[in-house]
Amino acid sequence: MNLENSSQFPWLTLVTLLPLLGALLLTAVPRVHEGLLKGLALGWSLIVFVVSLPIYFKFDPSNAGYQLTELHEWIPAIGVQYALGVDGISLWLVMLSTFLTPIILLGSWTSIETRVKEFLICFLLLETAMLGALVSLDLFLFYIFWELMLIPMYLLIGVWGGTNRIAATIKFFLMTAVGSLLMLVAMFYIYQRRDGAPSFLLQDYLTLSLTLTEQLYLFGAFALAFAIKVPMVPFHTWLPRAHTEAPTAGSVVLAGVLLKMGTYGFVRFAMPLFPDATLVATPYIAGLATVGIVYGALLALAQSDVKKLVAYSSVSHLGFVMLGLAAMSTQGVTGAMLQMLNHGISTGALFLLVGCIYERRHTRQIADFGGITQVMPWFAVMFLIVTMSSIGLPGTNGFVGEFLVLSGTFLADGPWDLRWYVAVAATGVILGAFYMLWMFQRVMFGPLKNEKNKKLTDLNLREWVVLTPLIVLIFVMGIKPQFIIDRMEPSIEAFRKVATTSRLPADDAEGRARIAEIRQRKTNAAEAK
Amino acid sequence: METQIPIHLIVLLPLLGAAINGLFGRRFSEGTIAGIACLATFIPFMLSVQAFLALQGGLERIAPAPLFTWFASGGFKVELGFVIDHLTSIFTLVVTGIGFLIHLYSAKYMEGDEGFYKFFAYLNLFLFSMLMLIMGENLILMFVGWEGVGLCSYLLIGFWYQENANADAGKKAFITNRVGDFGFLLGIFFILYALAETGKPMSLSFTDLQANAGVFAGLATTICLLLFVGAAGKSAQVPLYVWLPDAMAGPTPVSALIHAATMVTAGIYMVARLNFLFVQSPMAMTVVACVGAFTALFAATMGFLQNDIKKVLAYSTVSQLGYMFMGVGVGAFGAGLFHVVTHAFFKACLFLGSGSVIYALHHEQDIRKMGGLFKKMPITAWTFLLSTMAIAGFPLFSGFFSKDEILWKAFANQTTLVPGWALWSVGVLAAVCTAFYMVRVFCLTFLGEYRGGHNDHHGHDSHGHDDHHGHGEIHETPGFMTAPLIILAVGAVFGGLAGLPHWMPGHPTNWFEHWLSPVFTAAEPLKFLDNTSLELALMAVSVSLCALSAGVAYYMYAGGGQHLPAQLAARMKPLYTLVYNKYWVDELYQAVIVSPIKAFSRFCWRVIDDGLIDGALVNGTAGVVNLSGRLVRLFTSGDVQRYATVLFVGVWVLLVFWLAR
Repeated sequence: MNLENSSQFPWLTLVTLLPLLGALLLTAVPRVHEGLLKGLALGWSLIVFVVSLPIYFKFDPSNAGYQLTELHEWIPAIGVQYALGVDGISLWLVMLSTFLTPIILLGSWTSIETRVKEFLICFLLLETAMLGALVSLDLFLFYIFWELMLIPMYLLIGVWGGTNRIAATIKFFLMTAVGSLLMLVAMFYIYQRRDGAPSFLLQDYLTLSLTLTEQLYLFGAFALAFAIKVPMVPFHTWLPRAHTEAPTAGSVVLAGVLLKMGTYGFVRFAMPLFPDATLVATPYIAGLATVGIVYGALLALAQSDVKKLVAYSSVSHLGFVMLGLAAMSTQGVTGAMLQMLNHGISTGALFLLVGCIYERRHTRQIADFGGITQVMPWFAVMFLIVTMSSIGLPGTNGFVGEFLVLSGTFLADGPWDLRWYVAVAATGVILGAFYMLWMFQRVMFGPLKNEKNKKLTDLNLREWVVLTPLIVLIFVMGIKPQFIIDRMEPSIEAFRKVATTSRLPADDAEGRARIAEIRQRKTNAAEAK
Repeated sequence: METQIPIHLIVLLPLLGAAINGLFGRRFSEGTIAGIACLATFIPFMLSVQAFLALQGGLERIAPAPLFTWFASGGFKVELGFVIDHLTSIFTLVVTGIGFLIHLYSAKYMEGDEGFYKFFAYLNLFLFSMLMLIMGENLILMFVGWEGVGLCSYLLIGFWYQENANADAGKKAFITNRVGDFGFLLGIFFILYALAETGKPMSLSFTDLQANAGVFAGLATTICLLLFVGAAGKSAQVPLYVWLPDAMAGPTPVSALIHAATMVTAGIYMVARLNFLFVQSPMAMTVVACVGAFTALFAATMGFLQNDIKKVLAYSTVSQLGYMFMGVGVGAFGAGLFHVVTHAFFKACLFLGSGSVIYALHHEQDIRKMGGLFKKMPITAWTFLLSTMAIAGFPLFSGFFSKDEILWKAFANQTTLVPGWALWSVGVLAAVCTAFYMVRVFCLTFLGEYRGGHNDHHGHDSHGHDDHHGHGEIHETPGFMTAPLIILAVGAVFGGLAGLPHWMPGHPTNWFEHWLSPVFTAAEPLKFLDNTSLELALMAVSVSLCALSAGVAYYMYAGGGQHLPAQLAARMKPLYTLVYNKYWVDELYQAVIVSPIKAFSRFCWRVIDDGLIDGALVNGTAGVVNLSGRLVRLFTSGDVQRYATVLFVGVWVLLVFWLAR
């Protein structure tokens, strides 16, 4: 597979840089024209979405490789190239990002009251960074976008956040940055380890042979960066704090796209770059994922703040994604990819819904609510649908992904038998219903006691427009998910092939013995039968 | 033979009805809403009849091409397709037929409720899910319906959500069912695992599963027991029965439809549908039969002392579901399913009858405050009486045939690992209890003198009925409500005709079992004793015991022995308290499961997460970095004199060190 300029028109560059251009445009508008600024940003993000549609339509579902690729020299001296492309794995995350951005901007239309101009600029910058990280096929370029994402997010929480925003921001920034720096070091290590003309192109490293010890350290560095971002237990403590303090827009984009950068990082980089280390680490990844599912659910159960509850539920949901990835079976990885999208939509919608009542009541304490259904019936309907999606009710998007992850992990035909992990992880299905329905009941059902809640008004037109696309997607992806799966699967197969093919050098006897020993497990188990 | 019956409409029309009423019902009149909902149920009923007739005409199954592929990944594929075979046809008839009657009834019962449109939307959504459950061509679609009925049950139990108790009951039902679904899911995974291990295509369609039944031999017990966890959740068996009595918080038509006639029988349907798996594991069959038998008796004893008319019926439902499991557990699939059908009639009739009473008494549910309603509500009373006789196993009533069939098959079975006579004894004992508590309820409700006041009891006044009829005179409910009662009572009396036992003159074969036999070919090798005279003798024993028990109940609650209940209660205080409090099972679960989970979750949050992980590890790491920074800062103060001092001291230390060496 040779990377080249396959695209007649640089669609990916256009989509990636368009938000940046919009941000520049906004700088020219005086800050007093708040309405104009908002309208412009929203309109611009809609244009970005429309411009991103050709990526979907031009995408060839039968092609496993990168498509719409662009390749240009950037810093020839050290081999950095401007290399972009999408495959079935990144395609959907790109679409999710461009789809969610206008929704978020409209969703925070009234909730952001200070420094509106800076907020909008920040947000468009963030979109460019996310899209850039998703379409980069050059390690160096990826790293730039990856770090670039941090800055707008840092500002989103730090400037427009709640009362404890500074502490939350620092934790968020430091934890993610520490991981990223280790990843950078690891990148330089493999860079100097590679022979031939200098290059940072990802695909040049997918054939690189490294000893198991090297792989384990390098995988550790990459995995740490991504595990913090996902976040996997025990690197998750920044998440609830960031979510609670972030404005709705920040929470939605965090849950919707940024967390997926962690899981995407595993699929795109950590696992294919170091296949042998991945194999060795599988039980640990699956273990942490399983712990995350159950532990995250338990933490969610204990919360008295709706937003914090949703934040901890993210830890649980992302655990499903990581479990599916660890399984490395077609179904498992497909389920994981679907769960990434599902979580973006469902949890994004949940944060928007929480935002709706927060804007009205300026509290997120479950105890302050109760009986809200009476005054906000349509809100109740939407909230219920999203709740059901979050707990994976069949017919909504949550089910197919969750089912494929669990069944795919159960059936994983790799050397590791992950069936017990599934048995434990599946209890997350019970706990998920427990914390979500309990919360739903305390907020929506019961008598309408609190005087302040009696005056609440139902969803307004803007909120309808914000939520309806998400609700529609919840059902579309629940009932007809195959168009998504069809476009993912060839790339998933390609990923599985790379990430399960051993690349140990011939002289790494120790590593080879270890890998052989692990692979032997399967045969032994079969013989024991 | 091909047929053109559009059976997918049986499933999809109720969904359409739910969508129309759910989205636009707020603007419709009550008549329109009820009309749409009833039509969305009646057409499927007619189609079900048509399908039934087609099957009777010799067709083996109606299986049109799937609508589309729902999802497929890595060799695993789920088609969205529906099938009607002999087993399904029975269920579609019951679900749509009784469903339609209950829709009619609800049109009157729910009159004036502000959530009228929502109620009918949920009810149609329920039928959609239930029909998906029984008509889905594969295990995944069954699971979809399974979860779907759970959602509708949740919504309808908590329909009057302003009261926390109702919302609590809905949540409890959903979560308890999820515990069952956990088992169901793992069961599915093991089935897939067995298929994958043997290189079979990973198809979960029932026909393929049956064709590949051989590959499950090694895992049959595991698979069946896990699936049975799901069945026990949905069908309210020990230990997962606790949600069903609470589910009575929902409107009474819901209790009749979902929590008596249809949804709760899904577990029996599952075991019957997967009979080719269950028969491979005598162990699993034994567990099913024993759990069923124990539940039948255990729940029946709890029915003794309940004073809420719906609660009595709820425990009775749990108990009757136990019978059905006992039936399918001993391999008598036909008998178990026959009880599903007869039970659907008499229990729906009983629930709707209780609803009729509750409606007439303005939401009074306490039987201690009823009495003497026979004359005031003759249609309700008569239909209730006939259904009581049916459930109590009065000879020649429907329940008699189905229950007796199960009891005999339990006795005669040679499959289970426990002796048949033991199952039979437990079953008979449960039947004796059933006769007692049902007669008690009937006496307290309809006989004697009216014990309620005239101007109170409208505690649930938020539910909207009270404005519509005066408080003074108690009278029979309107035709919309009594007509379904009459139809159901006819079924409760004559339903047994469909399954007349082989010993009846002129009936060499049991029609019902014969009808289902194509589905249960895998169960044919199962052996039963064949001894008609013993069968008749045992029947005589159980019938006379039940009659005796019914007589005692009548004497104690409507005859000369009305002082006895209080006396007995006083004499057997500990036992009375134990049973009255339903063995404190709810409290036990709360103390042993729910509270510890909540406490543990708080511990996880406060101690492990905030304390250990975030406090010690994350902030600790930051603290160490911070401290090192402070230390290093001491050396870089920028103060030249201090540098000189350190240099001076350092040189001296080194010098001394060097010299001392």
